[in-house]
Amino acid sequence: MKTLNRRDFGVAVAAAILLPATHARADDMEVHIDNFVFQPAELTVKVGTTVTWTNRDDIPHTVVSAGKFRSKPLDTDDKFSFTFTNAGDYKYFCSLHPHMTGMIKVE
Amino acid sequence: MSGHDHGEDGVSRRKVLECMTWAGTGVLWTITGGVPRSLSIIDSAQAATAAAPGMTFLQISDSHVGFDKPANPNALGTLEEAVAKINAMPTKPSFMIHTGDITHLSKAAEFDNADRIISQSKLDVHYVPGEHDFLDEDVKFYRERYGRGTKGAGWYSFDAGGVHFIGLVNVVDLKAGGLGNLGAEQLAWLEDDLRGKSKSTPIVLFAHIPLWTVYPEWGWGTEDGGRALEYVKGFGSVTVLNGHIHQVMQKVEGNVTFHTARSTAFPQPAPGTAPSPGPMKVEDARLRAMLGIASVNFKQNEQRLAIIDTPLQG
Repeated sequence: MKTLNRRDFGVAVAAAILLPATHARADDMEVHIDNFVFQPAELTVKVGTTVTWTNRDDIPHTVVSAGKFRSKPLDTDDKFSFTFTNAGDYKYFCSLHPHMTGMIKVE
Repeated sequence: MSGHDHGEDGVSRRKVLECMTWAGTGVLWTITGGVPRSLSIIDSAQAATAAAPGMTFLQISDSHVGFDKPANPNALGTLEEAVAKINAMPTKPSFMIHTGDITHLSKAAEFDNADRIISQSKLDVHYVPGEHDFLDEDVKFYRERYGRGTKGAGWYSFDAGGVHFIGLVNVVDLKAGGLGNLGAEQLAWLEDDLRGKSKSTPIVLFAHIPLWTVYPEWGWGTEDGGRALEYVKGFGSVTVLNGHIHQVMQKVEGNVTFHTARSTAFPQPAPGTAPSPGPMKVEDARLRAMLGIASVNFKQNEQRLAIIDTPLQG
Protein backbone atom coordinates (compact mmCIF):
# COMPACT_ATOMS: atom_id res chain seq x y z
CA MET A 1 0.00 0.00 0.00
CA LYS A 2 2.63 2.47 1.07
CA THR A 3 4.60 3.45 -1.98
CA LEU A 4 6.55 6.20 -0.24
CA ASN A 5 9.52 4.76 1.62
CA ARG A 6 10.82 6.37 4.76
CA ARG A 7 13.71 8.14 3.11
CA ASP A 8 11.54 9.59 0.36
CA PHE A 9 9.06 10.66 2.96
CA GLY A 10 11.83 12.38 4.86
CA VAL A 11 12.92 14.17 1.71
CA ALA A 12 9.32 15.15 0.95
CA VAL A 13 8.85 16.57 4.42
CA ALA A 14 12.12 18.43 4.17
CA ALA A 15 11.12 19.81 0.77
CA ALA A 16 7.77 20.94 2.10
CA ILE A 17 9.53 22.83 4.84
CA LEU A 18 12.34 24.24 2.78
CA LEU A 19 10.52 25.02 -0.48
CA PRO A 20 9.22 28.51 0.32
CA ALA A 21 12.83 29.59 0.34
CA THR A 22 11.95 33.17 -0.44
CA HIS A 23 10.23 33.61 2.88
CA ALA A 24 12.28 31.16 4.89
CA ARG A 25 12.75 32.82 8.22
CA ALA A 26 16.27 33.50 9.31
CA ASP A 27 15.61 31.83 12.64
CA ASP A 28 14.82 28.35 11.35
CA MET A 29 17.53 26.14 12.77
CA GLU A 30 19.22 22.83 12.15
CA VAL A 31 20.60 20.14 14.42
CA HIS A 32 22.77 17.41 12.95
CA ILE A 33 23.29 13.95 14.34
CA ASP A 34 26.88 12.91 13.74
CA ASN A 35 28.74 10.13 15.54
CA PHE A 36 25.90 9.59 18.03
CA VAL A 37 25.96 13.27 19.08
CA PHE A 38 23.37 16.04 18.61
CA GLN A 39 25.18 19.06 17.22
CA PRO A 40 24.82 21.59 18.62
CA ALA A 41 23.86 19.83 21.84
CA GLU A 42 22.21 23.01 23.10
CA LEU A 43 20.45 25.54 20.93
CA THR A 44 18.68 28.76 21.90
CA VAL A 45 15.86 29.88 19.56
CA LYS A 46 12.95 32.32 19.50
CA VAL A 47 9.33 31.27 19.85
CA GLY A 48 7.98 30.21 16.45
CA THR A 49 11.26 28.71 15.28
CA THR A 50 11.24 25.42 13.39
CA VAL A 51 14.14 23.16 14.23
CA THR A 52 15.07 20.38 11.82
CA TRP A 53 17.17 17.41 12.91
CA THR A 54 19.08 15.42 10.28
CA ASN A 55 20.57 12.01 10.99
CA ARG A 56 23.92 11.70 9.27
CA ASP A 57 24.92 8.41 10.95
CA ASP A 58 24.74 4.92 9.46
CA ILE A 59 22.54 3.90 12.38
CA PRO A 60 18.94 5.02 13.01
CA HIS A 61 18.25 7.52 15.78
CA THR A 62 15.17 9.19 17.24
CA VAL A 63 14.51 12.64 18.67
CA VAL A 64 12.24 12.47 21.71
CA SER A 65 11.22 15.10 24.25
CA ALA A 66 8.93 13.51 26.83
CA GLY A 67 5.38 14.76 26.36
CA LYS A 68 6.45 17.32 23.73
CA PHE A 69 7.58 15.66 20.55
CA ARG A 70 8.71 12.28 19.27
CA SER A 71 10.18 11.54 15.86
CA LYS A 72 9.88 8.25 14.05
CA PRO A 73 13.15 6.36 13.76
CA LEU A 74 15.32 8.38 11.42
CA ASP A 75 17.42 6.33 9.03
CA THR A 76 20.49 7.82 7.38
CA ASP A 77 19.74 11.34 6.03
CA ASP A 78 16.14 11.31 7.32
CA LYS A 79 14.89 14.53 8.88
CA PHE A 80 12.49 15.51 11.61
CA SER A 81 11.12 19.03 12.20
CA PHE A 82 9.31 20.60 15.11
CA THR A 83 8.05 24.15 15.49
CA PHE A 84 8.41 25.59 18.99
CA THR A 85 5.39 27.73 19.81
CA ASN A 86 5.98 28.05 23.55
CA ALA A 87 8.95 29.33 25.52
CA GLY A 88 10.77 26.92 27.77
CA ASP A 89 13.60 24.40 28.01
CA TYR A 90 13.03 21.30 25.88
CA LYS A 91 15.34 18.51 26.90
CA TYR A 92 15.39 15.68 24.40
CA PHE A 93 17.22 12.42 23.74
CA CYS A 94 17.50 9.46 21.37
CA SER A 95 15.23 6.74 22.71
CA LEU A 96 17.43 4.09 21.05
CA HIS A 97 20.73 5.44 22.40
CA PRO A 98 19.69 7.33 25.52
CA HIS A 99 23.18 8.58 26.27
CA MET A 100 22.54 10.96 23.36
CA THR A 101 20.90 14.04 24.83
CA GLY A 102 20.27 17.62 23.74
CA MET A 103 18.34 20.72 24.66
CA ILE A 104 16.43 23.44 22.82
CA LYS A 105 15.98 26.63 24.84
CA VAL A 106 13.02 28.61 23.49
CA GLU A 107 12.87 32.28 24.47
CA MET B 1 48.33 -20.20 27.10
CA SER B 2 47.19 -23.41 28.70
CA GLY B 3 46.23 -23.07 32.33
CA HIS B 4 46.25 -19.29 32.28
CA ASP B 5 44.62 -18.34 35.53
CA HIS B 6 42.57 -15.21 35.95
CA GLY B 7 42.18 -15.46 39.70
CA GLU B 8 38.97 -14.92 41.56
CA ASP B 9 38.83 -11.18 41.86
CA GLY B 10 38.05 -10.44 38.26
CA VAL B 11 40.70 -9.58 35.74
CA SER B 12 42.87 -6.57 35.18
CA ARG B 13 42.32 -4.44 32.13
CA ARG B 14 45.49 -5.86 30.64
CA LYS B 15 44.24 -9.41 31.12
CA VAL B 16 40.90 -8.53 29.57
CA LEU B 17 42.65 -7.16 26.53
CA GLU B 18 44.76 -10.32 26.28
CA CYS B 19 41.64 -12.43 26.40
CA MET B 20 40.01 -10.29 23.77
CA THR B 21 42.99 -10.75 21.50
CA TRP B 22 42.83 -14.50 21.88
CA ALA B 23 39.11 -14.45 21.36
CA GLY B 24 39.75 -12.85 18.00
CA THR B 25 41.19 -16.13 16.83
CA GLY B 26 38.91 -18.35 18.87
CA VAL B 27 39.36 -19.31 22.49
CA LEU B 28 37.97 -22.10 24.54
CA TRP B 29 36.89 -21.02 27.98
CA THR B 30 36.16 -23.54 30.64
CA ILE B 31 35.02 -22.91 34.14
CA THR B 32 35.82 -25.43 36.82
CA GLY B 33 34.95 -24.68 40.38
CA GLY B 34 34.42 -21.04 39.52
CA VAL B 35 37.94 -20.56 38.18
CA PRO B 36 37.98 -19.77 34.49
CA ARG B 37 40.80 -21.05 32.35
CA SER B 38 41.60 -20.26 28.81
CA LEU B 39 42.67 -23.59 27.40
CA SER B 40 43.81 -23.22 23.85
CA ILE B 41 43.23 -21.72 20.47
CA ILE B 42 40.46 -22.59 18.12
CA ASP B 43 41.42 -25.87 16.49
CA SER B 44 42.04 -27.86 19.65
CA ALA B 45 39.11 -26.10 21.25
CA GLN B 46 36.80 -27.29 18.52
CA ALA B 47 38.23 -30.77 18.83
CA ALA B 48 37.63 -30.72 22.57
CA THR B 49 34.04 -29.66 22.10
CA ALA B 50 33.42 -32.16 19.35
CA ALA B 51 34.61 -34.89 21.66
CA ALA B 52 32.78 -33.53 24.68
CA PRO B 53 29.46 -34.98 25.72
CA GLY B 54 26.90 -32.68 27.25
CA MET B 55 24.88 -29.94 25.71
CA THR B 56 26.07 -27.45 23.14
CA PHE B 57 24.03 -24.46 22.10
CA LEU B 58 24.79 -21.58 19.80
CA GLN B 59 24.58 -17.85 20.12
CA ILE B 60 24.17 -15.55 17.15
CA SER B 61 23.60 -11.84 17.47
CA ASP B 62 23.11 -8.55 15.72
CA SER B 63 22.25 -9.85 12.28
CA HIS B 64 20.89 -6.39 11.32
CA VAL B 65 19.11 -7.76 8.27
CA GLY B 66 18.45 -4.79 5.99
CA PHE B 67 21.73 -3.05 6.78
CA ASP B 68 23.38 -2.04 3.50
CA LYS B 69 25.85 0.68 4.44
CA PRO B 70 29.58 0.66 3.57
CA ALA B 71 30.58 -1.32 6.69
CA ASN B 72 28.81 -4.31 5.07
CA PRO B 73 26.56 -3.78 2.04
CA ASN B 74 25.20 -7.33 2.34
CA ALA B 75 24.32 -8.16 5.93
CA LEU B 76 21.89 -10.83 4.75
CA GLY B 77 24.73 -12.55 2.90
CA THR B 78 26.98 -12.72 5.96
CA LEU B 79 24.06 -14.06 8.02
CA GLU B 80 23.76 -16.77 5.41
CA GLU B 81 27.47 -17.53 5.81
CA ALA B 82 27.02 -17.75 9.57
CA VAL B 83 24.19 -20.26 9.16
CA ALA B 84 26.34 -22.27 6.74
CA LYS B 85 29.02 -22.32 9.44
CA ILE B 86 26.48 -23.63 11.93
CA ASN B 87 25.28 -26.31 9.54
CA ALA B 88 28.88 -27.45 9.02
CA MET B 89 29.54 -28.02 12.71
CA PRO B 90 30.64 -31.55 13.52
CA THR B 91 28.12 -31.88 16.35
CA LYS B 92 24.65 -30.51 15.85
CA PRO B 93 23.89 -28.01 18.62
CA SER B 94 20.78 -28.48 20.73
CA PHE B 95 19.34 -25.08 19.89
CA MET B 96 20.28 -21.48 19.25
CA ILE B 97 19.78 -18.19 21.00
CA HIS B 98 19.69 -14.88 19.12
CA THR B 99 20.60 -11.91 21.28
CA GLY B 100 18.77 -9.28 19.29
CA ASP B 101 18.98 -6.75 16.48
CA ILE B 102 17.64 -9.41 14.16
CA THR B 103 16.72 -6.62 11.75
CA HIS B 104 18.11 -3.17 11.13
CA LEU B 105 14.85 -1.20 10.82
CA SER B 106 12.12 -3.64 11.96
CA LYS B 107 10.61 -3.87 8.48
CA ALA B 108 8.38 -6.87 7.84
CA ALA B 109 10.54 -7.90 4.88
CA GLU B 110 13.65 -7.77 7.07
CA PHE B 111 12.07 -10.08 9.65
CA ASP B 112 10.94 -12.38 6.83
CA ASN B 113 14.40 -12.51 5.30
CA ALA B 114 16.05 -13.13 8.67
CA ASP B 115 13.67 -15.96 9.37
CA ARG B 116 14.15 -17.48 5.92
CA ILE B 117 17.93 -17.69 6.48
CA ILE B 118 18.03 -18.58 10.18
CA SER B 119 15.43 -21.34 9.76
CA GLN B 120 17.88 -23.08 7.41
CA SER B 121 19.81 -24.08 10.54
CA LYS B 122 16.81 -26.28 11.44
CA LEU B 123 17.39 -25.39 15.09
CA ASP B 124 14.97 -24.08 17.67
CA VAL B 125 15.82 -20.42 18.16
CA HIS B 126 15.18 -18.48 21.36
CA TYR B 127 15.15 -14.76 20.67
CA VAL B 128 15.43 -11.62 22.71
CA PRO B 129 14.88 -8.27 21.00
CA GLY B 130 17.39 -5.52 20.32
CA GLU B 131 16.45 -1.87 20.01
CA HIS B 132 16.46 -2.30 16.22
CA ASP B 133 13.63 -4.84 16.45
CA PHE B 134 11.11 -2.42 17.96
CA LEU B 135 11.23 0.34 15.33
CA ASP B 136 8.00 -0.39 13.42
CA GLU B 137 5.21 2.06 14.05
CA ASP B 138 2.97 -0.31 16.02
CA VAL B 139 5.89 -2.19 17.60
CA LYS B 140 4.19 -5.43 16.67
CA PHE B 141 6.35 -7.30 14.17
CA TYR B 142 8.79 -8.69 16.75
CA ARG B 143 6.03 -9.59 19.20
CA GLU B 144 3.92 -11.28 16.55
CA ARG B 145 6.82 -13.45 15.49
CA TYR B 146 8.72 -14.11 18.70
CA GLY B 147 6.67 -12.83 21.59
CA ARG B 148 4.32 -15.77 22.00
CA GLY B 149 4.36 -17.11 25.55
CA THR B 150 6.62 -14.32 26.80
CA LYS B 151 5.97 -11.73 29.49
CA GLY B 152 6.04 -7.95 29.24
CA ALA B 153 8.16 -6.75 26.34
CA GLY B 154 9.28 -10.33 25.64
CA TRP B 155 11.10 -11.87 28.61
CA TYR B 156 10.84 -15.58 29.50
CA SER B 157 12.73 -18.54 30.83
CA PHE B 158 13.12 -22.19 29.90
CA ASP B 159 15.12 -25.24 30.92
CA ALA B 160 17.38 -27.27 28.68
CA GLY B 161 20.00 -29.89 29.46
CA GLY B 162 19.86 -29.15 33.18
CA VAL B 163 20.53 -25.43 32.64
CA HIS B 164 18.01 -22.70 33.42
CA PHE B 165 17.92 -20.10 30.63
CA ILE B 166 16.49 -16.63 31.15
CA GLY B 167 15.92 -14.26 28.22
CA LEU B 168 15.69 -10.62 29.32
CA VAL B 169 14.68 -7.44 27.49
CA ASN B 170 16.73 -4.32 28.23
CA VAL B 171 15.95 -2.20 25.17
CA VAL B 172 12.58 -0.64 26.00
CA ASP B 173 11.55 2.38 28.03
CA LEU B 174 15.08 3.76 28.04
CA LYS B 175 15.60 6.92 30.08
CA ALA B 176 17.31 10.07 28.82
CA GLY B 177 20.97 10.06 29.75
CA GLY B 178 20.78 6.42 30.84
CA LEU B 179 21.80 2.98 29.64
CA GLY B 180 19.87 -0.21 28.89
CA ASN B 181 16.91 -0.80 31.17
CA LEU B 182 15.18 -3.87 32.62
CA GLY B 183 12.58 -2.10 34.75
CA ALA B 184 10.85 -2.97 38.00
CA GLU B 185 8.27 -5.34 36.51
CA GLN B 186 10.85 -7.51 34.79
CA LEU B 187 13.14 -7.55 37.84
CA ALA B 188 10.25 -8.66 40.04
CA TRP B 189 9.48 -11.42 37.55
CA LEU B 190 13.15 -12.47 37.53
CA GLU B 191 13.32 -12.68 41.30
CA ASP B 192 10.19 -14.79 41.27
CA ASP B 193 11.45 -16.98 38.42
CA LEU B 194 14.59 -17.86 40.40
CA ARG B 195 12.80 -18.46 43.66
CA GLY B 196 13.08 -22.05 44.84
CA LYS B 197 15.70 -22.98 42.23
CA SER B 198 18.54 -25.09 43.56
CA LYS B 199 21.73 -23.04 43.83
CA SER B 200 23.52 -25.74 41.92
CA THR B 201 21.36 -25.12 38.84
CA PRO B 202 23.55 -23.52 36.17
CA ILE B 203 22.01 -20.23 35.06
CA VAL B 204 22.33 -18.58 31.67
CA LEU B 205 21.06 -15.01 31.42
CA PHE B 206 20.85 -13.56 27.92
CA ALA B 207 19.85 -10.10 26.76
CA HIS B 208 20.76 -7.72 23.95
CA ILE B 209 22.65 -4.91 25.69
CA PRO B 210 25.44 -6.04 28.05
CA LEU B 211 24.07 -6.46 31.57
CA TRP B 212 27.34 -5.21 32.99
CA THR B 213 28.86 -1.80 32.35
CA VAL B 214 31.22 -2.13 29.41
CA TYR B 215 31.50 1.53 28.39
CA PRO B 216 28.83 3.94 29.61
CA GLU B 217 30.11 6.76 27.39
CA TRP B 218 28.68 4.75 24.48
CA GLY B 219 25.67 3.48 26.37
CA TRP B 220 27.17 -0.02 26.66
CA GLY B 221 25.66 -1.21 29.88
CA THR B 222 22.36 -1.70 31.68
CA GLU B 223 21.21 0.82 34.26
CA ASP B 224 19.64 -1.74 36.58
CA GLY B 225 21.68 -4.76 35.42
CA GLY B 226 23.26 -4.96 38.87
CA ARG B 227 19.85 -5.75 40.35
CA ALA B 228 19.48 -8.76 38.07
CA LEU B 229 22.96 -9.94 39.02
CA GLU B 230 22.09 -9.68 42.71
CA TYR B 231 19.36 -12.26 42.17
CA VAL B 232 21.76 -14.80 40.64
CA LYS B 233 24.60 -14.16 43.08
CA GLY B 234 24.17 -17.33 45.15
CA PHE B 235 24.18 -19.67 42.15
CA GLY B 236 27.28 -21.75 41.52
CA SER B 237 27.47 -21.19 37.78
CA VAL B 238 26.14 -18.10 36.04
CA THR B 239 26.78 -17.17 32.43
CA VAL B 240 25.65 -13.84 30.99
CA LEU B 241 25.46 -13.71 27.19
CA ASN B 242 24.94 -10.44 25.36
CA GLY B 243 25.30 -8.79 21.95
CA HIS B 244 24.90 -5.13 20.95
CA ILE B 245 28.59 -4.19 20.92
CA HIS B 246 29.50 -6.31 17.87
CA GLN B 247 32.72 -7.68 19.32
CA VAL B 248 33.87 -10.38 21.71
CA MET B 249 34.42 -9.26 25.24
CA GLN B 250 34.64 -11.37 28.34
CA LYS B 251 34.83 -10.72 32.04
CA VAL B 252 34.71 -13.10 34.99
CA GLU B 253 33.60 -12.11 38.47
CA GLY B 254 33.42 -14.92 40.98
CA ASN B 255 31.02 -17.51 39.61
CA VAL B 256 29.70 -15.18 36.92
CA THR B 257 31.06 -15.16 33.39
CA PHE B 258 30.07 -12.27 31.14
CA HIS B 259 30.48 -12.71 27.43
CA THR B 260 29.46 -10.75 24.34
CA ALA B 261 29.22 -12.28 20.86
CA ARG B 262 30.27 -10.93 17.52
CA SER B 263 27.68 -9.61 15.08
CA THR B 264 27.00 -11.40 11.83
CA ALA B 265 26.56 -8.02 10.10
CA PHE B 266 29.26 -5.45 10.87
CA PRO B 267 31.96 -4.79 13.48
CA GLN B 268 31.96 -1.92 15.93
CA PRO B 269 35.08 -0.29 17.38
CA ALA B 270 36.63 -1.23 20.70
CA PRO B 271 35.48 1.13 23.47
CA GLY B 272 36.83 4.63 23.07
CA THR B 273 38.92 3.88 19.99
CA ALA B 274 36.68 5.81 17.56
CA PRO B 275 34.54 8.96 17.67
CA SER B 276 31.37 6.85 17.98
CA PRO B 277 30.19 3.25 18.42
CA GLY B 278 28.77 3.24 14.88
CA PRO B 279 29.48 0.61 12.21
CA MET B 280 33.21 0.23 11.61
CA LYS B 281 34.37 0.01 8.02
CA VAL B 282 37.33 -2.34 7.65
CA GLU B 283 39.09 -3.67 4.57
CA ASP B 284 36.90 -6.19 2.75
CA ALA B 285 39.48 -8.90 3.40
CA ARG B 286 39.24 -8.34 7.15
CA LEU B 287 35.44 -8.11 7.50
CA ARG B 288 34.74 -11.81 7.98
CA ALA B 289 37.39 -12.14 10.66
CA MET B 290 35.38 -9.64 12.69
CA LEU B 291 31.97 -11.28 12.26
CA GLY B 292 30.99 -14.62 13.70
CA ILE B 293 29.07 -16.87 16.04
CA ALA B 294 29.59 -18.36 19.48
CA SER B 295 29.00 -21.88 20.71
CA VAL B 296 28.58 -22.79 24.35
CA ASN B 297 29.16 -26.25 25.77
CA PHE B 298 27.89 -27.41 29.12
CA LYS B 299 28.78 -30.71 30.75
CA GLN B 300 26.41 -31.98 33.36
CA ASN B 301 27.75 -32.43 36.88
CA GLU B 302 31.02 -30.76 36.03
CA GLN B 303 30.03 -27.13 36.54
CA ARG B 304 31.92 -26.63 33.35
CA LEU B 305 30.90 -24.34 30.59
CA ALA B 306 32.94 -23.45 27.55
CA ILE B 307 32.39 -20.62 25.09
CA ILE B 308 33.99 -20.76 21.68
CA ASP B 309 33.89 -17.75 19.41
CA THR B 310 34.26 -18.61 15.78
CA PRO B 311 34.73 -15.91 13.16
CA LEU B 312 33.16 -16.37 9.73
CA GLN B 313 36.66 -16.54 8.35
CA GLY B 314 40.23 -16.64 9.62
